[in-house]
Amino acid sequence: MTAEQPPGRPSFWSRLPVIRQLQQSVGLQRGMLIVGLTICAIFILTAIFAPLIAPYGFAQLRDAHGDFGAQDPPGGKHLLGTTVGGYDVLSRVIWGAQTALLAILVAVTLSVFLGIVLGVVSGYIGGWLDRILVVIADAVYAFPTLLLAIVSAIIISQGQSNLFGGILAAGLSITVVFIPQYFRVIRAEAVRIKSEAYVESAKVVGTGIIRIMFRHVLRNATRSLPLIITLNASEAIFTLAALGFLGFGIEPNSAAEWGYDLNKSISDVTSGIWWTSIFPGTAIVLVVVGVTLVGESLNDLADPRLRTRRRASRVPSPGAAVAVVPGATLDDVLSGDALGIVPNETEPR
Amino acid sequence: MSTTVSADVAPSPPASEAPKRKLLGANPLVRYIIVRFLLIIPTIFILVSMVFIIMRVAGDPITAALGGRLSPEQLAERIHKAGYDRPIIVQYVEYIGQVFTGNFGKSITDGRPISAIIVTYGTATLELAIYALIVALIVGIPLGMVAAYFRDRWPDAILRIFAILWYATPVFFVGLLLKLVFAVWLDILPVAGRASTRTELDLDSLPHPTGIYLIDAFQLGDPGAIGDVLSHAVLPGLALGFLTAGIFLRLVRTNVIGTLSMDYVDAARSRGVSEFRLVRKHAFKPALIPVITVIGLQIALLLGGAVLTETTFEWRGLGFQLTQYLGARDFVAVQGIVAVLAVIVAVTNFIVDIIAALIDPRVRY
Repeated sequence: MTAEQPPGRPSFWSRLPVIRQLQQSVGLQRGMLIVGLTICAIFILTAIFAPLIAPYGFAQLRDAHGDFGAQDPPGGKHLLGTTVGGYDVLSRVIWGAQTALLAILVAVTLSVFLGIVLGVVSGYIGGWLDRILVVIADAVYAFPTLLLAIVSAIIISQGQSNLFGGILAAGLSITVVFIPQYFRVIRAEAVRIKSEAYVESAKVVGTGIIRIMFRHVLRNATRSLPLIITLNASEAIFTLAALGFLGFGIEPNSAAEWGYDLNKSISDVTSGIWWTSIFPGTAIVLVVVGVTLVGESLNDLADPRLRTRRRASRVPSPGAAVAVVPGATLDDVLSGDALGIVPNETEPR
Repeated sequence: MSTTVSADVAPSPPASEAPKRKLLGANPLVRYIIVRFLLIIPTIFILVSMVFIIMRVAGDPITAALGGRLSPEQLAERIHKAGYDRPIIVQYVEYIGQVFTGNFGKSITDGRPISAIIVTYGTATLELAIYALIVALIVGIPLGMVAAYFRDRWPDAILRIFAILWYATPVFFVGLLLKLVFAVWLDILPVAGRASTRTELDLDSLPHPTGIYLIDAFQLGDPGAIGDVLSHAVLPGLALGFLTAGIFLRLVRTNVIGTLSMDYVDAARSRGVSEFRLVRKHAFKPALIPVITVIGLQIALLLGGAVLTETTFEWRGLGFQLTQYLGARDFVAVQGIVAVLAVIVAVTNFIVDIIAALIDPRVRY
């Protein structure tokens, strides 16, 4: 999307979605965004390099010196102790990042793709198809996510949860629940955009319906996607962990999963053993905090009512060229920009 | 100001129903209620159908529950007796009939009627949900107003960080932490359960137990029992309540800030109304409508959260029982419980929409 904007605009970097907001932000909002991005970066790096960082394998129970021992307190050979099953806590926390990242990727990719296609088609074509899809989407939207997730997990994995089955179950169940969200947002935008003059003119020129839907409508309908994607990502982590916690998740020798470890720590907690629950739990909290901070800042920056404004005197001047919009400040133009109201939308007029 | 865009990014309440033409006359409120009521029928229908389809993709419930334990002939006989060898369409119609008459048959594993299971354990879940909602309202709404009042200053910053932390902490991890601190380290509250064994026996011996332990304890009139029930409710109530409190806080803050920039608030401000009063009186009420709508949506979240909270605290409610049945692959019980939950969610959303319409005339259309 960014590649086709007219020349004379800021560099490639500043046009990437998140970088643009980073430059636009000030004060607390900038701090939140930077902290969020840092946590996300650490999470992704941990997931990718888990085999190098983790001291042991996620299902490793013994090394050259013999068995690890169960419920060993932190320190010595096991920096964060061992679990009741005799796994190394630190290694499972690190490997767990990989599982979580995979689940997020599956869930976000599937639901973005399906939700967008359905939303654009439903919003642009309208009619009875639209009404039926809206009612179904509203019904699914109201359904408790977790119940749907558990039931699909059981059906997809048929009881034996390996890495693939577990992640697919979590991913698919989140997908089912999140399609309606993308659907609603994209549909609402599509309904708004389809009456725009440039869509009319595209029709007059004889552009095909598919091309109008995905080039003219979809490209201008994606403004609130970053926020929903971050919400979706944290929801994916929660669902994966909840499935594991309830015992419908991934088996411990297929992959490390934070929710499973928390489930096994319920009885530990009662006897005062804290390290088996605190560390995997904190890992979940950190990742979700990171993702949420990014989403929250993007949301605030996209909403002029919530955005902390840069003082007028501190506004750098390269935007002078756009100030020809009557009565608009640079911030307003920037916000229009950030919301996806890019000049190519109005060009064909 | 910018003429290009009205930033309408916040998720709007379900306004997607097609505008009804002059179908039903006079009073717009009555018309709205009727239309909205007619809309929950397809919603419930889709939800229960979805439950049926998902549960049956896996095969028939008898094989799922008893597969390894019976010989193929015994299985076939049980399947035939229960009617699962009939065409799927016939079974589907029968199931829809069951949903509308509220009779879901008996569970496979323990042979109890599904409706009895729902009544027995549903009250426990209801009790937990009420505690959680009270915690969420008491904590979330005032703090959200404080955050809006101190917008972008340090109290706001701290509260927002807290709200994000609450949101980011899975309810079962909150539960485990609370247990660790208050039940194990400080040892001032019980670890799990709804009441101690003695109190539970006392409560069960009541002539007309409601199933809601606090009410039953008051019926019993024993201060010890009341204290026991309350002390068991504190940690689960807090764990589930914080989950929703964070959401309320964020929502109230955003909406109060939004209404604070409205013209009528500006007008009040120019008349010299204090900023505190503006937040408390002028901006609060309109900001409450999205909160009420979201309380409705929270019911779905609360039910999901209840499953996790109940497992963490061994609170024997519907969610706890549901995971037991799921573990035993008793799909008849699961199908019944999930269908009832779906109906509860749909009806709650309907009630919430009506309340929102009563408060704000703009919602009716």
